Amino acid sequence: MTQHYEIIVIGAGPAGMAASQTAAKHGAKTLVLDEQRTPGGQIYRAAEANEARQSVELGKSYENGFSLVKSFRNSAVDYVPGASVWQLSHEREIGYSKDGTAHIVTANQVIVATGALERPMPVPGWTLPQVMTVGAAQILLKESEIGIADAVFVGTGPLLYLVVHQYITAGIPVKAVIDLTPACNYFKALAHMPNAVFAMSRIMEGWRWKREIIAADIPLISRVDDVRILGDGAVEAIEYRHKSTWKKLDCDHVLLHQGVVPDVNISLAAGCDSRWDEAQACWHILVDEWFQSSVEGISIAGDSGSIGGGVAAEQRGHITALGALMRLNKITPVERNRLARPYQASLKTEMQVRPFLDTLFRPADNFRMPEHEETIVCRCEEISAKQIREAVDLGCQGPNQLKSYTRCGMGPCQGRFCGLTVSELIGKFSNKPVCAVGYYRLRPPIKPLLLDELANMKNQPEN
Amino acid sequence: MADYDVIVIGGGMIGIAIGYGLARLGQKAALFDEGDRAFRAARGNFGLVWVQGKGSDCPEYATWTQRSADLYPEFNAELKELTDTDIGYSRPGGIHFCLTEQELEDRKAIIDKMVAAGKGAFDCEMLSHNAVTKRLPGLGPTVAGGSYSPMDGHVNPLYLLRAMHAGFKAKGGSLHAETVVDLAWKNNAFEVTSAGQTHTAAQVVLAAGLGNRALGSKVGLIIPVRPQRGQILVTEKLEQFLEYPTIYVRQTAEGSVMLGDSHEDVGFDDGTSSNVMQTIARRAIQLFPLLKQARIVRTWGALRILTPDSLPVYDQSQECPGAFSASAHSGVTLSAVHALDLPQYIARGQLPPSLDALSERRFHVH
Amino acid sequence: MFTRVNKNNAKFVSISLDNQTVKVRKGLTVAAALLEANIGHFRQTPVSGKPRAPFCMMGVCFDCLVVIDGMANQQSCLIEVCEGMRIERQIGPADIIPEKPEDQGTKP
Ligand SMILES: Cc1cc2nc3c(=O)[nH]c(=O)nc-3n(C[C@H](O)[C@H](O)[C@H](O)COP(=O)(O)OP(=O)(O)OC[C@H]3O[C@@H](n4cnc5c(N)ncnc54)[C@H](O)[C@@H]3O)c2cc1C
Ligand code: FES
Repeated sequence: MTQHYEIIVIGAGPAGMAASQTAAKHGAKTLVLDEQRTPGGQIYRAAEANEARQSVELGKSYENGFSLVKSFRNSAVDYVPGASVWQLSHEREIGYSKDGTAHIVTANQVIVATGALERPMPVPGWTLPQVMTVGAAQILLKESEIGIADAVFVGTGPLLYLVVHQYITAGIPVKAVIDLTPACNYFKALAHMPNAVFAMSRIMEGWRWKREIIAADIPLISRVDDVRILGDGAVEAIEYRHKSTWKKLDCDHVLLHQGVVPDVNISLAAGCDSRWDEAQACWHILVDEWFQSSVEGISIAGDSGSIGGGVAAEQRGHITALGALMRLNKITPVERNRLARPYQASLKTEMQVRPFLDTLFRPADNFRMPEHEETIVCRCEEISAKQIREAVDLGCQGPNQLKSYTRCGMGPCQGRFCGLTVSELIGKFSNKPVCAVGYYRLRPPIKPLLLDELANMKNQPEN
Repeated sequence: MADYDVIVIGGGMIGIAIGYGLARLGQKAALFDEGDRAFRAARGNFGLVWVQGKGSDCPEYATWTQRSADLYPEFNAELKELTDTDIGYSRPGGIHFCLTEQELEDRKAIIDKMVAAGKGAFDCEMLSHNAVTKRLPGLGPTVAGGSYSPMDGHVNPLYLLRAMHAGFKAKGGSLHAETVVDLAWKNNAFEVTSAGQTHTAAQVVLAAGLGNRALGSKVGLIIPVRPQRGQILVTEKLEQFLEYPTIYVRQTAEGSVMLGDSHEDVGFDDGTSSNVMQTIARRAIQLFPLLKQARIVRTWGALRILTPDSLPVYDQSQECPGAFSASAHSGVTLSAVHALDLPQYIARGQLPPSLDALSERRFHVH
Repeated sequence: MFTRVNKNNAKFVSISLDNQTVKVRKGLTVAAALLEANIGHFRQTPVSGKPRAPFCMMGVCFDCLVVIDGMANQQSCLIEVCEGMRIERQIGPADIIPEKPEDQGTKP
């Protein structure tokens, strides 16, 4: 018999941990599946280990996760770490792998809480070894206490500054910070300032981080509108265009970042409707006020639906679970509404700063749609922007045809590091809005799966 | 004066092959094809250029298939020359697996019959387990055997499709990425309506796959096609280990291995399902146990275009002269003949008697 | 340079990379351990043969692929090191054939 749960939560980050706690608290038989070895998600990755060794460099907002992880551990949920989900069907059948064995489980309600990914940043040389994402550098720090000495940080977005701050606190030397925030964004973001005052402390913190960089004598290079990483088999230097002149900086490591985007693969593969969000320049999964998607019984909590950040993810996790509990008749609509109210209130405050952040840190067009034609767009199949243009010239209408023309998006990452670039580039080359171009059609497995695992799947209903 | 000599509706494997062939003859041709996510057999197929076993009960189909396979080298060279695209064609011969003794026996009966009917033109031999292992090291111990024909080959169907598109354009064809919403026969010409515009042509070729049934009814053609789902699993790239294409397992030039395929009647659902995927996985491992270690990176569900007897249907309309239709499942295999032979007949306005056996009329005579 | 942030006591295990023994910290992922050992590239792609190393560290990019105890294409950022692990760089596509047919000799 297939194992069945009332609620299955995919992901044990803030959204998943909050959702599953609320679910269990109201008596739902709940399973949590997560790929990582410990709970916390990306934001609170390795929280337990860092609490134990009393690390200081990760900062206050990280420490907020300690209590959440603790209460998650104490809640009555079945938690399977190291479980990589490779299928979610619209009938809510979930396939996952753990330690080389595949399992099938089903649920009445599924909560997708798979979080966000770093936005692809296709610049020349981004495939060289020693080029990593800023998020990757942070994972090394949180999980393994490893720093990358003398790296150049390049890009835009709050995470970039946070990690530079964590590096400075940890005493890891930083070679330079190249800030790619377009100058005009500051002006545009001002319009959203009135709403953002509720999160003034956060904005001030960002400002302090900038001051800290300067105080630490780290070159902070702003107003840069183009970059390329040089090297043959390893990073040798980075070139950047500052006020129309190209300058060169020798270095061994480059860390890239330009924001995060929802990890929509699993929801799209389940058939959930999505829409292009111009403000965040990414796809959002369409949800109702309880975060249920267009597919009955599948809800999307946290950043995997749209970007709201870690705190919002936690609130959204609770609200999503309450919606699911009501559909399971565990609570009445009246109870649901009452219980949700405090979460909805803090979510509202939390979301007020979003338009400001989205506007300020919106990456420039040329960093989302590479102008250097030789730039690799699809890292797996090594397809360049030029090959995509040529396919469009040949009559290619969208990402799925592009796949068949060029193999773009066919590799193991399944389009996660090229999909957004591809949709936007095709739109640009064919003069169509991105929403009309669409996205890759996704199918299971959404993560590579051993043939052996598939053949010997556990709990597979016989038919 | 009509806008075009001929309009082809459908830009899948069949439509583009015919369109390319017509443009190549100097016809002023236009081709209409649907959007990016349409039901496309052309993009979900296995890439076999397959002869053995095809048309065991219909010699005309067997001949048509063999003709196409024999035209392939020439077709490949032509596309390469014209579009500089390598479609990954090769003809090392192919192997049909028989998993059980019973399957081996049944297969032998079919092959014997075809060899006899082919009068020396059909080349295929039965292989024991050991003989298959010699050609394909790593074969699983439980596989009974198979049949081998040197006439079989394979191609990268995606690059083939792309090369034909490029060839069509190079020969002056005009490509419309628009869904056809209406088709009518007026004043001795065909009116094709799409995206609010109407285009006229002296001839029209229906190659819209599953869309043919509806379009055919507008020009007096009965086209009995229905969908059948085929699921395919694709592995990560592996070091080359399969020298020959086979019916269930094929390794592409890039190294990925395609595992197929199922036959399911599920209407217009082109999704995938885990129990069918599991069956495919088990069979692949039975055939090649070393595949256990391979990772599946993609799966496909695509709709085959099936006629009542699974053979192609070619017709021309009596009511509306100049309307032709082509519906077939094996669009990859037949691409060469669709591009190099069929257009000559269409341009002349008359299908050859040899294709009578493949007309829809066959379903009426008993 | 990848460096350790806190030089406090740590336990170590021995693994091998392309037949060379490397001492690495216990509890790290294979990717983190190899990065800390500053080994340069992890793999060469099956498409162009160009070198790659971990990019995302969260299981998404597949640039950290190595061969672990004979199993090809393993995502080293998701797997923990353990004593005696044999690691090789992943050169090109996965090779699932234990011995090449040529090596087996032809049977009569
Ligand atoms: C699982 C599977 C395995 C296969 N394996 C092989 C193989 O190994 N060898 C082989 O030879 N063949 C194989 N095939 C078959 C081959 O792919 C098909 O024969 C071929 O693609 C059919 O071509 P088609 O043009 O009729 O249909 P399709 O390729 O489906 O194309 C039809 C086209 O018409 C368009 N269209 C429909 N209606 C309209 C309209 N109103 N306006 C504009 N455009 C329209 C559609 O969008 C589509 O692009 C396989 C098929 C499947 C499903
Ligand atoms: S480093 Fe990206 S998947 Fe391992």
